[in-house]
Amino acid sequence: MKTEETVPLVRAENLKVYYPIKGGIINHTTGYVKAVDGVSFFIREGETLGLVGESGCGKSTIGRQLVGLEKPTEGKIFFEGRDLSLLKKDEMQKIRTRLQMVFQDPYSSLNPRKHIFEILSQPMLYHGISTRESVEKDMIRILDMVGLSRNTLGRYPHEFSGGQRQRIGIARALSLNPKFIVCDEPVSALDVSIQAQILNLLKSLQKELNLTLLFVGHGLGAVNYVSDRIAVMYLGKIVEMGDAKEIFHHPAHPYTKALLNAVPVPDPEEKRRERRLLEGEIGDSTHPPAGCRFHPRCPYAVETCRQKEPGLQKMEKASSHEAACPIVMTKEEEIG
Amino acid sequence: MGKSKVRVQKRNVRESEHKVNEISESSPAEDKPGGESAKKDLTNESYLQTVFRRFRHHHLAMISIVVVILLGGAALLAPVLAPYRPDDIVGPFSGAPSKEFWLGTDQIGRDVLSRLLYAMRISLLVGIMATLISTIVGVVLGLIAGYFGGTADMLIMRFTDMVMSFPYILLVLVAAAIFKPGLWNIILILGFVDWPGIARLVRGNVLNLRETNFIKGNIVAGMPLRHILFSEILPNTVAPILVYATSVLALSMLDEAALSFLGLGVQPPTASLGNMLNGAQSLTVLTKQPWLWIPAGVLIVVLVMAINFIGDALRDALDPNSGR
Repeated sequence: MKTEETVPLVRAENLKVYYPIKGGIINHTTGYVKAVDGVSFFIREGETLGLVGESGCGKSTIGRQLVGLEKPTEGKIFFEGRDLSLLKKDEMQKIRTRLQMVFQDPYSSLNPRKHIFEILSQPMLYHGISTRESVEKDMIRILDMVGLSRNTLGRYPHEFSGGQRQRIGIARALSLNPKFIVCDEPVSALDVSIQAQILNLLKSLQKELNLTLLFVGHGLGAVNYVSDRIAVMYLGKIVEMGDAKEIFHHPAHPYTKALLNAVPVPDPEEKRRERRLLEGEIGDSTHPPAGCRFHPRCPYAVETCRQKEPGLQKMEKASSHEAACPIVMTKEEEIG
Repeated sequence: MGKSKVRVQKRNVRESEHKVNEISESSPAEDKPGGESAKKDLTNESYLQTVFRRFRHHHLAMISIVVVILLGGAALLAPVLAPYRPDDIVGPFSGAPSKEFWLGTDQIGRDVLSRLLYAMRISLLVGIMATLISTIVGVVLGLIAGYFGGTADMLIMRFTDMVMSFPYILLVLVAAAIFKPGLWNIILILGFVDWPGIARLVRGNVLNLRETNFIKGNIVAGMPLRHILFSEILPNTVAPILVYATSVLALSMLDEAALSFLGLGVQPPTASLGNMLNGAQSLTVLTKQPWLWIPAGVLIVVLVMAINFIGDALRDALDPNSGR
């Protein structure tokens, strides 16, 4: 979207998140779940980065890291050029308002004992974003942005449907004037008809408020719809990253291709495509496969895939499209 | 949007007019109601109203509430209602019930009815204070253990296990040996013996809540710890705490009675329901002078049962999963 070379708003550098597995009689650490294992990416201001992958590939973990809900085991996260891990507690509290999150499950993301007025107003008042006199006006303005009426305020979360609750969740994130919002699979718990509405809402809000989004999802279709760039994750690593169009139309990595193959096409007339669906399960993140993590499921795997772990490489010299599959890249060169 | 409103109204035609109006007002956005649950979700009823409506279905609990209010009121108004001063010797020794002394007089000539009213005061005071203390201690320790986890959790929960494994009679004996047995000692002792259950309950609830999205949302919003603990987590654990507290109330009243009966609790001349039963340790009283122990015994049973019924009804009424 933005072409000028600025410092990216959000940058992750060699991010690693390991969760210890406790076990045994004396409750010691017997191993680690490597949820995220060396991931680097950046998000420019005003841009949407889509993060896709199967369940358990670490994409939601990255989202939680970026808003400071968890601390990385290794690696750094920069927001506006500042390292989040070096911030003091009070500095972190201040910066938090600018990093917000929309949660996957709208049913558990609102306190069932509070009405919407309290849910929305308390953070705004605490951070001094609004005053007691103006808070109602501010809330009505935000509710209007997400397409809810003002009489929402006096109601309790259980009085709303999933789609409405997700709108309230988005309103809550917006109420703190954030620059960056992590959307952690915001539509996967909703009806299909409502999914599109929420996606459109997010898209238009982003344009209107010049927000920067990380959109986490597992359906490539939805992610492609809202994202400027897409990163594809597999088992704790990014295997392909680039402009959304580029990824969608010219996927390089075999895993991305398989994901695209799995997107259903709403066209009964269309001849049955050759569907090469992936076999097997996502690997074990405690003991990831040696070499390329995707090789046990990869139809193109050769001997070198079992030995050497590939890193992200640029597809062409000047392009921003990167993939971590040397096999396909060399093959395409031969073909092209 | 307009269409969906109409649809909502049509679906609810059979509901009362009033409800339909509320619902049509309440659909500011997109979705059509997804059947049963959505219809129920859209009724505009606050949580407390729902609880109260469910509570009223328990007839036994409603009767219990009346009983507790009557007895509590009588205890509160004891100085007004009691015909005599509780510690004054006003009549014959061990006199049977008569027009002058409705429930007779005790071994040294004090009016049993007057003493009973004052005894109820003491017993309720002990029960309520002990419950308050144990609830506060339990809630604070449970919150800390559940929210912070790690070492704090380990230390607190092991301490809890330790207290739980202590026989309270033994504690009371030791305390009575060190301090003088008395009203406030028994309150403190019961208060510090009953909290482990509440601490465990709160800890479990906090562990659950800590992982919910709305708590995470509050952390992401940079809300301070005190807000998260006391404004977000605590209100969501009030229901089970309340239910548990009613059973603690009943239990501590029973414990007080038992300890006073053994002579370790509230000391005479102060009357408590327990030490009024004390006289029944003698066989003559037990067989020949029932007016000395039956009223006190019946009051204990009635109060404890009523409180337990209320607790049961509360549990059902507060349970979000019960469908009514």
